[in-house]
Amino acid sequence: MFDIDSWQEIINAIKKNKLRSIMTAFGVFWAIFMLVIMYGSGNGLKNGITEGIKDFATNSGFMWAEKTTKPFEGFKRGRYWEITNKDITEISDQIKDIDVISPRLNGWNLQKGENVVRGIRSAAFNVMGDYPSYRKIDPCTMPWGRYINDEDIKFKRKVCIIGEKVYEVMFDKDEDPVGKYIRVNGVYFMVVGVFKSNNPNINIGTNKKETVYLPFTSMQQTFNYGDEVHFFGITAKPGIKMNDIINKIKPILQKNHKLAPDDETAIGKVDIENEIKGMFYTFLGLDIVIFFVGIFTLIAGAIGISNIMLIIIKERTKEIGIQRAIGAKPLTIISQILAESVFLTTIAGFIGLAFGTMILSLVDMFIDKAHANATGDEPTFFLNPEIGLPLALTALSLLIIVGLIAGLIPALKAVKIKPIEALRHE
Amino acid sequence: MGKSIIKVNQLHKSYQMGTNSLHVLKGIDMDIREGEMVSIMGSSGSGKSTLLNIIGILDNYDKGEYYLNDILIQKMNEKKAAQFRNKYIGFIFQSFNLISFKNAIENVALPLYYQGVPRKKRNQMALEYLDRLGLKDWAEHTPAELSGGQKQRIAIARALISKPKVILADEPTGALDTQTSYEVMDILKEVNKSGITVIIVTHEHDISEMTHRVIRLTDGLIGSNIKNGIHQPTITITNN
Repeated sequence: MFDIDSWQEIINAIKKNKLRSIMTAFGVFWAIFMLVIMYGSGNGLKNGITEGIKDFATNSGFMWAEKTTKPFEGFKRGRYWEITNKDITEISDQIKDIDVISPRLNGWNLQKGENVVRGIRSAAFNVMGDYPSYRKIDPCTMPWGRYINDEDIKFKRKVCIIGEKVYEVMFDKDEDPVGKYIRVNGVYFMVVGVFKSNNPNINIGTNKKETVYLPFTSMQQTFNYGDEVHFFGITAKPGIKMNDIINKIKPILQKNHKLAPDDETAIGKVDIENEIKGMFYTFLGLDIVIFFVGIFTLIAGAIGISNIMLIIIKERTKEIGIQRAIGAKPLTIISQILAESVFLTTIAGFIGLAFGTMILSLVDMFIDKAHANATGDEPTFFLNPEIGLPLALTALSLLIIVGLIAGLIPALKAVKIKPIEALRHE
Repeated sequence: MGKSIIKVNQLHKSYQMGTNSLHVLKGIDMDIREGEMVSIMGSSGSGKSTLLNIIGILDNYDKGEYYLNDILIQKMNEKKAAQFRNKYIGFIFQSFNLISFKNAIENVALPLYYQGVPRKKRNQMALEYLDRLGLKDWAEHTPAELSGGQKQRIAIARALISKPKVILADEPTGALDTQTSYEVMDILKEVNKSGITVIIVTHEHDISEMTHRVIRLTDGLIGSNIKNGIHQPTITITNN
């Protein structure tokens, strides 16, 4: 079927209608091009976002105190209240579905001027107080040293771990910070580790790179927070919904602090599980939109191809008649027309695929370059826009099928013309 | 004279024109024997083209019988019809009907392509046929670069290459000047001498006179069937 004569037919048919062929092929080209670009961008967005949260505990949540909005038991509305160590103990004792509970302190009142000093270096950084269990909610790697441990908590040691940016500012490049001291708001703390979050896109209360982390108990004591807890993170045991846990915690806090049970905003909360579910649906919606736009553009392209094939056949009625008079079987004619259609579709689609992939890789290159030059503070929301080999192969086979379908109507029409009518056609 | 190659009994054919039916062939009887050279004449509308199309299996008939090489040709699917055409019949047309983007050699080789003959072999055969018709030097030229006579000779070569039993020529000289017409007729006579039956549809008397037999159609019926040189046609056309 694919010998020199078939190719001659195909090339000739296209050459005869150069402009029209190009215009039609452009439809298919555009469809595939758009599909590749859209799909690649969708992937880039997905990669960028999931990369930034990939290790964060998905079954987690955070809660904190907010101003009350309703009067209750003699208290006026608009009252400020604090979570305390007692609340945390009660919660972890009473609610067995909680896997990890990690109270935190946010030293926003410590961030006055250049609060962190080492020798002649000084800068302004956030200070946080944390338990070792926090690492289970927001996993990290430690380029230097170790994380906060239970001994630090127990003995209220004056140690700290520092974010990447803090390390960069306070230490020389490649200098070992472990065992060195930094002064945080006038108090010396020994650095025991450098902290690098696996989830740079999730920042709760602070920019993790620019933060000094102290053991929770050391911070409560050193900076006079008493038994205050600024907020706490929780993870659920497998199979338990975060929302259920939050709903069980609320009554405890409401009872301990005399909050109105119907005061929805007195207790601040974020349900990460729910947020991620929402994101998942957003991605799904994005995929569906891309799929439909892509498919319909492709269908439009296919109709274009089908259309031009009909015109080609109309112009070649006589030629087809001659071929049949001298012995061409209907199948020969059909396969010839299908081959033309598939050829046109595949070439156009292939160029679209190549062009789209090229654009994506250019964007990728540009992003990589921008990352290399960036100061590293901005979270990434776009990463590796790409289409996989499976999609590329699917697209190509789809094109061949589309080409076949597009050629089918014209081909069947061509063999319906009786040779005698074709020969009479002047 | 050999056995019967084309035998037609009481052939009827009508065309539907909306609600009207146009009865074109009204019972044709004809028997053409192997090796004959026959011309079919008739004024326009007499049904000669319809008859030729039926004989060439380009069209089917309503009633009667048509035997080609003793095989009854009935309504058949297009695939089978194509095979029959390819095997038994070579066509020559008034307007040559060469394929414009193919050169002479490819045009001649085309019937063999549909038979599945490998390219090298069919091109070699095509070259032989072109050589026989004195067109070897023009083998690589496309139809647009050739004269009418050359084009018709290529068409004849194309008709001959599948070694058909019958050559059907529809006004083969209609688009040619007298000189070239006679050259083409000489070639067709040569072809006939090699044993192939030749049927020519024409309205030119000098052409029909070169054939063995003249069949004249009048209003869908055989008007006369006359061996050349023995009888005069029943209808005489004075100003030829």
